[in-house]
Amino acid sequence: MGRFLIQRLLSTIPVVLGVSIAVFAMLHLVPGDPIQMMLGEFQTSPEQVEKLKAQLYLDRPLPEQYLRFVTNAAQGDLGYSIRSKRPVMDEIRDNLPSTLVLTLAGLAIAVVIGMTLGIVAAVKQNTWADLAAMIMAMLGVSMPSFWLGLLLIFGFSLKFNWFPATGGGDFKHLVLPAVTLGLGASAIIARLTRSTMLEVLRQEYITTARAKGLRNSVVIIRHALRNAMIPTITILGLQFGQLLAGTVVIETVFGRPGIGRLIVAAILEKDFPLVQGIVLFIALAYVLINLFVDVLYAVLDPRIRLG
Amino acid sequence: MEEVSTAPANATPSMAVARAKRPNLFARLRRSKVAVAGFIALLILVIMAVAAPIISPYEPNAVAPKDALQAPSGSHLFGTDQYGRDVFSRVVYGTRLSLMVGFISVTIAVVIGTLMGLIAGYYGRWTDTIIMRFVDIMLAFPGILLALALVSILGPSLPNLMIAVGISSVPAYARIVRSSVLSARENVYVDAARVVGATDGVIMRRHVLPNVVAPVIVLATLGTASAILWAASLSFLGLGSQPPTPEWGRMLSEGRNYLREQWWIATFPGVAIMVTVLAMNLLGDGLRDTLDPRQQIRT
Repeated sequence: MGRFLIQRLLSTIPVVLGVSIAVFAMLHLVPGDPIQMMLGEFQTSPEQVEKLKAQLYLDRPLPEQYLRFVTNAAQGDLGYSIRSKRPVMDEIRDNLPSTLVLTLAGLAIAVVIGMTLGIVAAVKQNTWADLAAMIMAMLGVSMPSFWLGLLLIFGFSLKFNWFPATGGGDFKHLVLPAVTLGLGASAIIARLTRSTMLEVLRQEYITTARAKGLRNSVVIIRHALRNAMIPTITILGLQFGQLLAGTVVIETVFGRPGIGRLIVAAILEKDFPLVQGIVLFIALAYVLINLFVDVLYAVLDPRIRLG
Repeated sequence: MEEVSTAPANATPSMAVARAKRPNLFARLRRSKVAVAGFIALLILVIMAVAAPIISPYEPNAVAPKDALQAPSGSHLFGTDQYGRDVFSRVVYGTRLSLMVGFISVTIAVVIGTLMGLIAGYYGRWTDTIIMRFVDIMLAFPGILLALALVSILGPSLPNLMIAVGISSVPAYARIVRSSVLSARENVYVDAARVVGATDGVIMRRHVLPNVVAPVIVLATLGTASAILWAASLSFLGLGSQPPTPEWGRMLSEGRNYLREQWWIATFPGVAIMVTVLAMNLLGDGLRDTLDPRQQIRT
């Protein structure tokens, strides 16, 4: 177990370093002069240009720039937003809770709906229930989230007035965005659950359980589902990342505050330090969550850490 | 050994096998109803894209203020938007853009990803380590985030969107090609080819690459679906095509302020995106079942 942990931790280091280099390089990969691009149409004096250059350490040699970027980032200093003049970290801190709540709510909806559909489809294989569940899953992966969001707004806000169409804050504001975010991911989980469940149901221990005369529901829930859940758990970390990135679109559709909407605004306003900060933050969070899921998985399934 | 050394002897049996396989593949694909449905839908979309000028009753960007916000009718099948532009014509022209964006981004991803996977899998050792570490770093940016970062570097436009979506899809191809190469490399005929003096380039092209084709075709078909979805999402956010381009994601974004009264402006582009993505997904699923049964478990 110890060896697995150390190996897994060590393998994270090059990825974290690579991510930091990639995010640092973003500013330097901009075609033309990054300062010109950021200031764009704004009237600026040469002093302002110099000041911004110094602020971003662009007047220093490249290795020094990178070192400063990394050491500052490690201390939670991601620089200042060019538009709001506030520290990037403050901007992220203000917007993160709303995005996290949305992501987790979306993930919960995805797991509940996805696993239910997957189990029903597998247990009732080749019946109309299976067909219906898989058609729903197929529509789910093919539906653009922003369109689903607009349909939900049209139905549940504009027509029935059950939930507010836009904004953030209380629980009522969370329902439609979370459902929109979760439904897309539930389709993937449904298909995965169905295929692993079908495989598990063919195992001998299921036949044994049935032969013992156990009730069907016991066989399915206690014997089959437990084993069929493992692949779903492994992709939870990946799904969390997908959903976190998916909030970019959802928050824009529902006009909900969060880091997704923050980054879209930052890209459109060419606020590069803010874009870099958010990209770095999400990527690192994603890497750490996957590390956590892998370790958790090894704790749960001895075959992984021994194999 | 004989097969490798004498060209005609090598060519005849393998060609015979190829001929015997081909009708079999189509026959099997035809048996899958969903794949056929996807293929027919895609065919119709391609015809729409090619024949857009003939099918559309109006110019996609022709502004007619006095015809603005008209409900669907005989003269405007899908109604008109806030500038009086014909939504039907714009949706038809949008087919061109979406299919083009999908195919070009996937081509970028397939070319770069296949090369990376082929080199990594074939040479192994440190070449493999470096390339796959690079892929790991790309995979650290979840979902649409890498494409977002690339668009922020390159600037929002349709060509940059295709580059961004293409590059962000590279890891999937690199990985699947690498693993196919790793298993193909173990075949006796690869050793045989090396013994008779074939160069690395020849071995890769003639003996390793053919093993990679099936999984890449499957992934590329499904990948086109997600590329179209991503591109539409980025355009919806204002980070892709710029007005007045008749791009579906953009049209949806412009139409959302009129959702309450003029539902048709946002609805038809939305249906168009879904039908296109669905067609590609159905075809991809069918192809996967036929070409690459090993992948069935994965979703």
